[in-house]
Amino acid sequence: MKHNTGMTLIVRTVTRVSVWLIFLYGMYIILHGHLSPGGGFAGGVIIALGFLNILLAYGRDFVDEWLNIHLMKDIEASMATLFLALGILGMSFGGAFLANFLSKGELFRLLSAGTIPILNIIIGVKVSMALFIAVWTLAILHISKGGKE
Amino acid sequence: MPVETWLIFILSFMIVGSIAALEIKDLLSSIIAIGVVGLGVSVSFLFLQAPDLAIVQFLFEIFALIILIRAYLRGAYHVKEPSKSHQILIAVSILVLAVVFVLSIQVFKALPEFGQPLMETSRYYLQNAANETGAANIVTSIILDYRAYDTLGEVTVLFTAILGALMILHLKSPRQTTEGGDEA
Repeated sequence: MKHNTGMTLIVRTVTRVSVWLIFLYGMYIILHGHLSPGGGFAGGVIIALGFLNILLAYGRDFVDEWLNIHLMKDIEASMATLFLALGILGMSFGGAFLANFLSKGELFRLLSAGTIPILNIIIGVKVSMALFIAVWTLAILHISKGGKE
Repeated sequence: MPVETWLIFILSFMIVGSIAALEIKDLLSSIIAIGVVGLGVSVSFLFLQAPDLAIVQFLFEIFALIILIRAYLRGAYHVKEPSKSHQILIAVSILVLAVVFVLSIQVFKALPEFGQPLMETSRYYLQNAANETGAANIVTSIILDYRAYDTLGEVTVLFTAILGALMILHLKSPRQTTEGGDEA
């Protein structure tokens, strides 16, 4: 199909370079969520925007080949379970559901704040997968409409 | 200039943007006007010293704009002709707004000064959050430690929303191109 091939060579080349920087920035925002503004949600949206960039520039066929959407769905669902599991671990080690049972560490260090960075990573992965899957589903819906015309 | 002046400026800008979004005939310009409103919210969060919210609002605005513009380019929308009851509705809503405003003038006199009384809980967070959770970003320490239940709820909402979207959009699209197209 014609409209599945994405955009021009220039856009593709720029995307090939810049998408990795976008992913890196998203990971930075997620990992430093307990130190600077940002966190799991913001970083997850940045990573989802990176995936969206690939989807727009390269088209849906390439994304279907390059990414395993079903695996992404499974990761997204398992992240919710991990969040719950961490909450139950907090119940057994810290005395309350979602209690911060790990060592607090030193303020302003990357490895500090106990379970907060872990929860940030879980939320970041979950949000990025979820938003990208939503956009991908919309793209699928559109193609079936175009096929009829 | 104090923060309030900037806020009033941005808010009036947003009101103008939303009116423009409603009134402009061209759909693409209308989408851009909606984007102005969302970015105005983001900038006002920055002025209120809430960079966390500003980042998230900014990103989601970009996300929504991309999806809206994509839908516009592909022509995946319906144009609805304005009806006569539209103008009556506008008149009624303006009237109701004016009445509510007049009735609530007393409240504005009783309002405390802008951001002045620091609440009990926020004072507690500001004093103890860094020591108790070890997180330098207090917003994160609130949403992932003190109020982690809320975040769990948000995660569940997101999960359910994606499940619903997959259920509704994905099930009928891939194979039913013969008869599924016209109802989509």
